[in-house]
Amino acid sequence: MAFPLLTFWLLAATAVVSAVLVITRRNPVHSAIFLIITLLSLALLYLQLSAEFLAAVQIILYIGGIMVLFLFVIMLVRLDIVTYQAPFNRQWHVAGLAALILLAEFALVFYRSRTLPTVAEAPPTILQPNTEQIGVTLFQNYLLPFEIASLLLLVAMVGAVLMARRR
Amino acid sequence: MAGPENNFGVETTVLGAEEIILNMGPQHPSTHGVLRVKLRLDGEKVVGSECIIGYLHRGVEKIGENRTYPQFAPYVDRTDYVAAVSNGLGYCEAVEKLLGVEAPPRARWVRTILTELQRIASHLLWLGTHALDIGAITPLFYTFREREEILKIYEKYCGARLTTHAFRIGGLQYETYDGFEQDVKEFCRDFNHRVDEYEELLTNNRIWVERTRNIGVLTGEQCIALGVSGPILRGSGVRWDIRKAFPYAAYKEFEFDIPIGHTGDTYDRYRVRLEEMRQSRRIILQAVESIPEGPILARVGKVIKPPPGEVYHSIEAPKGELGYYLVSDGTTQPYRLRIRPPSFVNLQALDAMIKGHLVADVVAIIGTIDIVLGEVDR
Amino acid sequence: MSKALEAVMSYVPQSLQPFVLPTIQILIVFAGLSLLVAYLVYAERKILAHLQVRLGPMRVGPHGLLQPIADGLKLLLKEDIIPRGADKFLFWLAPIISVMAAFTGFALIPFANNFMITDVNVGLLFILGISSLGIYGIILGGWASNSHYPLLGALRSTAQLVSYEVALGFAIVSALLLGGTLSLRGIVEAQLEQGVWFAFVQPVAFFILFVAAIAETNRNPFDLPEAESELVAGFHTEYSGFRFSLYFLAEYTAMTLVSAIAVTLFLGGWLRPFPSVAWLDFLKYTPVALLLFAAYWCIVHGFRLPKGREWRWQRLILLALGGGAALLGAVLAIPAVADAVQGVFWFLLKVSLFLYAFIWFRGTFPRYRFDQLMRLGWHFMIPVAIANTIFCGAALVLWKKLEWSFVGTMWIGTLLTLLFALLLARERAD
Repeated sequence: MAFPLLTFWLLAATAVVSAVLVITRRNPVHSAIFLIITLLSLALLYLQLSAEFLAAVQIILYIGGIMVLFLFVIMLVRLDIVTYQAPFNRQWHVAGLAALILLAEFALVFYRSRTLPTVAEAPPTILQPNTEQIGVTLFQNYLLPFEIASLLLLVAMVGAVLMARRR
Repeated sequence: MAGPENNFGVETTVLGAEEIILNMGPQHPSTHGVLRVKLRLDGEKVVGSECIIGYLHRGVEKIGENRTYPQFAPYVDRTDYVAAVSNGLGYCEAVEKLLGVEAPPRARWVRTILTELQRIASHLLWLGTHALDIGAITPLFYTFREREEILKIYEKYCGARLTTHAFRIGGLQYETYDGFEQDVKEFCRDFNHRVDEYEELLTNNRIWVERTRNIGVLTGEQCIALGVSGPILRGSGVRWDIRKAFPYAAYKEFEFDIPIGHTGDTYDRYRVRLEEMRQSRRIILQAVESIPEGPILARVGKVIKPPPGEVYHSIEAPKGELGYYLVSDGTTQPYRLRIRPPSFVNLQALDAMIKGHLVADVVAIIGTIDIVLGEVDR
Repeated sequence: MSKALEAVMSYVPQSLQPFVLPTIQILIVFAGLSLLVAYLVYAERKILAHLQVRLGPMRVGPHGLLQPIADGLKLLLKEDIIPRGADKFLFWLAPIISVMAAFTGFALIPFANNFMITDVNVGLLFILGISSLGIYGIILGGWASNSHYPLLGALRSTAQLVSYEVALGFAIVSALLLGGTLSLRGIVEAQLEQGVWFAFVQPVAFFILFVAAIAETNRNPFDLPEAESELVAGFHTEYSGFRFSLYFLAEYTAMTLVSAIAVTLFLGGWLRPFPSVAWLDFLKYTPVALLLFAAYWCIVHGFRLPKGREWRWQRLILLALGGGAALLGAVLAIPAVADAVQGVFWFLLKVSLFLYAFIWFRGTFPRYRFDQLMRLGWHFMIPVAIANTIFCGAALVLWKKLEWSFVGTMWIGTLLTLLFALLLARERAD
């Protein structure tokens, strides 16, 4: 089947290229748009993996929620100055170090996975609609961690509101 | 959203820490003409304002000094051009007062009918545009439907619809046409239901109430201090109407009530104007039933040459007290002519009304003052 | 039908065969929708005009019936203006995003039992996601114009859309709780099973969905982003010609989309009224009756037109329309055809009722102030929606565990929500 492979490569290429464009564009709005495109191609990749729920949530939360707020903030703060400043001009050392470490990690993973046994093809029944299973997993098997996570978010939200109130 | 960087207005200047100046107009759809309002904003809140007027200044008062008394009469039609008949009445009566004559009863009756029709027409126009400013698009078409009937009566009477020049010094130029009474009665017959229709659309509408309640509040004292008159003054609870206080034309003969508001907000002014339309209808009905027979023009002579002296005469125009101050030096032209336009004086209340409100309310408040820039700038 | 399809299929390579039927359906939906939207604009102008004692478009074709086509041509032929200093790429992209988001949502709408492009088991979530993409059309369009009024309009619009999406989401949750599935088709089938449209057991959710839908599509009384008296035309102030028409198309398509969602979730989608009552089966001939009535009207009015050359074309078109309607009615009277189209018919009928309400509101209501709009959303709609979701869930548990009557338990939940809303409203008033 050439078609799924074709779409995979197309989406993967889009994701990578626009991810690069996110950090190379000078205009923050353009960067945000390329980030959206990256997220969108990831969502479509999820879809190709039959992770429909994950894809939908990726679109609703990241693209429909978070990125909108990103753009909102970008448009509200003054940008003409930022556009002319060279970004990251004082963090070359830290950034270089972090990138090196990351590179090493990736190399390690790739090196290791070479010797790992290939994963067997999943039986098609597993790839049936799995939204319900996600619900069961989250709300029955892992209820406590899930609730703790949501509480954490709530705390963050309350904190943000408090800080905004105090100015 | 506040901040000097985000100058969303046409032209903004940084003032203090968070204050910006936003220019509204003169080319703004909701300033009802070429009014320019400079708003000082703290975020979206208005902390101060300044009206810049004069974009429509034509020097009407100065023109008056170079025209004979009858020649000037058409000019007053063009001050408050949506209430031309009222202007004409005020001017003609002022000159008559200067001359020391009184229009014959028949003329006074017809003048009252036409002027009250004009009040209704002016209020209808106000209601339609005010509602349009607040986002209700339909009332405009309803009010224009009724206004059209009034304008048709004018057209039949004197040939003009807007700048009518309906009256002459000393009375009327034209006798009423055949069927005038019938037309007026027909208009009055349906009119109360029509007002009910507008009320159905707006009065109890939650959104309308929320947009107008406690918006642009003026107390009675503030109104008096600012010289505000007309429906705005009555909306603030002051029972003052020149038709009752210094009756002119034929108002002494008719029964009518003066509606007043309580809180002095935009909603009260809306209610007052609607009730005024109903009262006008009442006056018209009484007048049209009892038009006396007789001449329509007093003896004023071919050339109007008032004796030296000065006179101030004011009437209750749809928008408030409309006064004419005339100084005569005994020639055919006034030595000095001064118009006290209600819109101009009422506009001074804008600053007091919009302080502390949001930018979106400014539109509603300009609408509630009911200004006509032709009259403000003259 | 299926044989013809197989014949077509045999010409298509094996690997592309799964795409043939969806492509045809997409083409039908796209073309039909474009036409529908064009005539929705016409309907809006006409209905508003009649609400406002005017005639509306009357010049192009009989009763202005060709007006949308003339408008479309005019917009196509207009000069394409890009303001100086605008971000050209985004200026170009923004309206396309809007249109795409609005149209893509229809891929998941079940128009009828026998006509839907696709049925995904997370259909509802996808529609939410796609509709949230539409925000970018607005915010990018406002920003790319490089002008103050569009930017302010876009910011307002985005804030409004994001706020009301929360209430919309909660209203949708109660529908999917009742349906027990995220598939839109499944939700409609659940309504058939329960024997009641969900609007009648979850009126609060239905109401919230409706209000939020109006806010989501920036329609009166929530049309602040385009408040003419304050912000000129909002985010699309700088747009003209074909780009503007894309925004226009997107707005009306989005209106149709939210109506379609509301119909699917709460008004039984393609089901006819009382789908489980057999003796009402004759209702499947309703389209025939409507068409015959339309034909009668067209023909009578065609003959009533004044005599004379200048009316000849009008008469001809009216008579042709009448004849066409009669013919179509006759075709639909064949029982097999009637069965085939009745799902689509009922669906479209319900959607058009919604659309009528949208237009009606525009003619009736004043506009909210921005802070009032936000306060209404956050302080009233969202709490009530949350309460409704909680009570709805509780009622579902009662129904499942205690086996009480479905409608009864749901109404207990609804009454509790209404009580909560009442208390909230009273507190707000104080």
